[in-house]
Amino acid sequence: MRYLPITGADRSEMLRAIGAPSVDALFSDVPEDALLAGPVDLPHHAGEFEVEQRLSRLAGRNRAAGAGPFFCGAGSYRHHIPASVDYLIQRGEFLTSYTPYQPEIAQGTLQYLFEFQTQVCLLTGMEVANASMYDGATAAAEAVMMANRVTRRSKAVVSGNLHPHYRDTAATLARFQGFALEAGPPAPAGGEDLASRIDGDTSCVVVQYPDLFGNIRDFSELAEAAHAKGALLVVVVTEIVALGALRPPGGMGADIVAAEGQSLGNAMSFGGPHLGLFAARTRHMRQMPGRLCGETVDADGRRGYVLTLATREQHIRRERATSNICTNSGLCSLAFTIHLTLLGETGLKRLAALNHAGAVSLADRLGDRVVTPHFFNEFTVRLDGDAADAVERLAGGGVLAGVPVSRLHPGAGLDDLLLVAVTETAGADDIDALAEALQ
Amino acid sequence: MTGNSHDTVSGDLGLSIEEPLIFEQDSPGAVGVDWPEAEAGADRLGGLARSGPVGLPSLAEPTVVRHYTRLSQKNYGIDTGLFPLGSCTMKHNPRLNERMARLPGFADIHPLQPESTVQGALALCREVQRWLSVLTGMPGVALTPGAGAHGELCGMMAIRAALDAGGEASADRRRVLVPDSAHGTNPATAAALGFEVVSIPEDERGRVDPGRFEALAGEGGVAAVMLTNPNTCGVFENDIRRIADAVHEAGGYFYCDGANFNAIVGRVRPGDLGVDAMHINLHKTFSTPHGGGGPGSGPVVFSEALAPYAPVPRIVEEDGVLRLEEANGRAFGRMKAFHGQMGMFVRALAYMMSHGADGLRQVSGDAVLNANYLLRRLEDVYSAPFAHSGPAMHEALFDDRALRDTGVSTLDIAKAMIDEGLHPMTVYFPLVVHGAMLVEPTETETRASLDRFIAIMRGLAERAKSGAPLTEAPFHAPRRRLDETQAARKPVLRWQGARE
Ligand SMILES: Cc1ncc(COP(=O)(O)O)c(C=O)c1O
Repeated sequence: MRYLPITGADRSEMLRAIGAPSVDALFSDVPEDALLAGPVDLPHHAGEFEVEQRLSRLAGRNRAAGAGPFFCGAGSYRHHIPASVDYLIQRGEFLTSYTPYQPEIAQGTLQYLFEFQTQVCLLTGMEVANASMYDGATAAAEAVMMANRVTRRSKAVVSGNLHPHYRDTAATLARFQGFALEAGPPAPAGGEDLASRIDGDTSCVVVQYPDLFGNIRDFSELAEAAHAKGALLVVVVTEIVALGALRPPGGMGADIVAAEGQSLGNAMSFGGPHLGLFAARTRHMRQMPGRLCGETVDADGRRGYVLTLATREQHIRRERATSNICTNSGLCSLAFTIHLTLLGETGLKRLAALNHAGAVSLADRLGDRVVTPHFFNEFTVRLDGDAADAVERLAGGGVLAGVPVSRLHPGAGLDDLLLVAVTETAGADDIDALAEALQ
Repeated sequence: MTGNSHDTVSGDLGLSIEEPLIFEQDSPGAVGVDWPEAEAGADRLGGLARSGPVGLPSLAEPTVVRHYTRLSQKNYGIDTGLFPLGSCTMKHNPRLNERMARLPGFADIHPLQPESTVQGALALCREVQRWLSVLTGMPGVALTPGAGAHGELCGMMAIRAALDAGGEASADRRRVLVPDSAHGTNPATAAALGFEVVSIPEDERGRVDPGRFEALAGEGGVAAVMLTNPNTCGVFENDIRRIADAVHEAGGYFYCDGANFNAIVGRVRPGDLGVDAMHINLHKTFSTPHGGGGPGSGPVVFSEALAPYAPVPRIVEEDGVLRLEEANGRAFGRMKAFHGQMGMFVRALAYMMSHGADGLRQVSGDAVLNANYLLRRLEDVYSAPFAHSGPAMHEALFDDRALRDTGVSTLDIAKAMIDEGLHPMTVYFPLVVHGAMLVEPTETETRASLDRFIAIMRGLAERAKSGAPLTEAPFHAPRRRLDETQAARKPVLRWQGARE
C-alpha cells in the first residue's frame, strides 16, 4: 500500500523490540469478541489511477457551474478564483500543518491570520475579528449566543429575511440551550419592522445584509433602537464581496458581524467547506468564540504572532468556554486572505462594481418582474408559474437559472419567486440567455 | 542575536527571510487581479454605496506570491517531517485527494442547484456514509458537522432529543459523565447544551474504573457518558462494555469521542462495544489535511436508537433518484448551512478507496505498532505513567517525572525538539498526568524516521540531565520563544496602522 511505509522486515524487528509476538497481540485490551478476524466487508485497496477513474466518473454525473449560464446564490457564490490562490494554499507547509500551537514554527500561519483578521475588520468596519468559524450559519448562531452572554438575556429577534439555514442552525441551539428565537415571516420586498419587536428581554436583533431576497437597507436606526433597549445588533452577510460596494455594517452600528467568506478564494464545493467570519467590538472581545491571533515579541525582541486570549477557549476553560469550537476553517481563511490581497483596494472595488453592474443589467431586462428595489448582485424575480419547475426546465436546456425560494421556504406561498445571483462570472450572453428565458 | 563574523547586512540569513505584513508592502497603483472597470450606469444601491476606501493594500501578483511563499517557509507541516502531535493524527496527506476534490464536478457545483444535476455528488455522500457505517458498525451517519467538536454537539443534541422524546421528565436527566482525561471540547459541548458535567477521575491504569463508574451512574439523572476510546492516555478502555451497560442501565446514552479512531479502524467496530453516537474527525483518521487549523469534517455515526434523531438534511433514495430531505419530524434540527463538507468527503473517500478494507486494517496496526515501538524505546529515559498497564494504542504518553530536578520542563523539551527539526508532540494534555507529552507518530512514518525521533529524544533527555541550557530553546527556528503574556495582557489583534 503506497501510503504505508513500514515493511514486513521492519514489523518483525519492531515487534521484537517491543516484546510482542504480533501486531494483533497489541490489541489485547480490546474485548476478544469485538476484534474482527479479518478485513471488513468493503472493497480492497486500489491504485491511484483506479481511484481517480472512479471518482471522476462520479464527478461527471454532476453539472459543473462552468458548463453554462449560471445564476445560483443564496449563500454560496461562484466567483473567479485566481490561479495563484489555489497554488499557494496547496504549499505543503500550509496545507499539512496543524493549528499553530507551537508559534516558533508556525509564524507563516500566524502572520496570515493576523493579516486576515485585519482584512475582516476593514471589510466589515468592525474592531476585532477572530480566526474563523465553520461557516456563516454557525458564525451567526455563535453571534446570538455571544449576545446572550453579553446582555445576560435570552431572546433573539430574527429577521424573516435571514437565510433559513442560518435561522434553523441558531434555532436548533436555541431549543437545547433554552433561549428564545423569534423569527418573523419572510418579506421578499423588504421593509420589515423589527424595531417594534425589541423589548427589555431582547439580547439581539439579527438581520441579513444583503438579505435572502437581495434587499439592502440602512440599519443605523435599528441599531439605535436596539441599543436604546440594551440589545445588540447582529448583522449577517452571506455575500462578502458586497462589502466592496456597500457601506460596512460597522458604520451602521452593528455590534457583531457574522459572515460567510466563501466568495473570496473558495469554491462552492456543494456548500462546504465554507468560511465563517466573525467580527465584533473591542469591548466584547473576551466574550468572542474561537481563536484569536495576536502580535507580540520573541525572546530577541523581534515581532511575532501567537494565538492569544485562550482563556476563553475550550482547551483551557473547558465547561466554561465561550464556545466548544476547536478546528475552524484555517485553509479557507488562507484562500480568502490571498484572494483579497491579490485584489487589493482597486481590485475589490472593481470586482464588486462588475457584480452589481451585471445584476443591474439583468434586472433592467426583467423590468417589473424584479421584486427587490435595491440590491447588490442578487435579487428576487416573480415568475408566472412555479419557480422550481422553471429552474428544472431551464436546467434541461443547460441554464442554471437560480435558486427557487420554495427550496428554502417550502410551503410559504412563495413558489413563484426565484433568487437570481449575477457575479463577474456571468457574461453578457449568459445574462441575455437568462433574460430571454424568464421573459 | 549575538554578533559574530557571519552577521549579514540585511539581518536575513540564507533562506530565512523576514517578511513584512501585506499592509507594510502597500504600493498604491499596483494590482494583483485585472478586472476592468464596470461600465458607468445608474446603480441600484439605494444610497448605500461605500464612500471611503476600505483600506486594503495594493500589491502586484509577484509580490503576493512571494509573500505567501515566504510565510509558508516559516511553517512546519507533515510534508516537512514527523509531526507527532498526540490526539491530532497528523498523517501523510495524499495529493491525489486534493486533485479529486478539485474536479469541477465536485468543486464547481452549487449546494442548491437542482438535485437532478448533482446525482453524482449525492451518490458520493452516500458512499462515504456506507464506508463509515460499515467501519463503525453503526447504522446512522450524519454528514453535516463541520469538525469534531461540531460532531460532539450533533451527537449530544441527538441524545437530548431522544431523552426528550422518551417522555420522562428529561429535565431531571442532565448529568453527563466525562473523564478528567477528556479533550476540552467534551465538557464544553456538554455545558453548551445545558448539561451538568460530572467528572470521572482516571485510575492508576489511565482508565475509567468500572466500579466507580457504576457508582456514579447509579446516582441517577444520567443523560450520557462522553468517553474517548482509545482514550487520551493512549490506552484502550478495556472495561468499555461494563461502562456501556452501566450507562444504558441508568437510562443514559454512550457518546464516544472518535478522535482516536485511527487506532482501531478496520479492526474494531464501536457499534460492537455499545456506543450510541460517535463523531469521526475526517481530518484525523481519514487524512483530510488540517490546513493549519481546518477545515475539518466531523460526521457522526448513530446506533439504531439514535439514528431517527439525526439532523437534516438527509439523503434519501426514491425510485433510483437521490434527494435531499430537508424536513423530518424526528430530526433534532440543523447543524449548519447546506449539506456538509463536500470537499472533505471527496478527499476522505479517495483515502478510503485507496486503502480499502485491507489497507485500513494495516493503518491501525501500524499506527499502534509505531506508538508501542516509541514507548518501549523511550520509557527508560522518559517516565511513562501507564506503560505498565499493557500495550499502548496509537499514542505513547509520558509525564515529566524523569525530568524532575533537572530544571528542564516538558515545554523546554518541546522547544528543543524544534531546534532538532522535529515538530513537538502534544504537551500538557491530557491534564491528568503532570507535564504530559503525548506522542502520536501515525502509520505513515518510516522506521528510519521513528529511529531518528528516538535518538533525538534520548539525546535531549541526556542533555536535560547534564544541565544543558534547554530552557532557552529554540535557537534555530524563525522565532525564539514568543511572549504570550504580553500578547494576552495588551492584545494587538489587527494591524494598528490600518486604523483611521
Ligand atoms: C480527543 C479529541 N476530541 C475532540 C477534538 C476536537 O475535534 P475538532 O478539532 O475536529 O473539533 C480533538 C481534536 O483536537 C481531540 O483530540
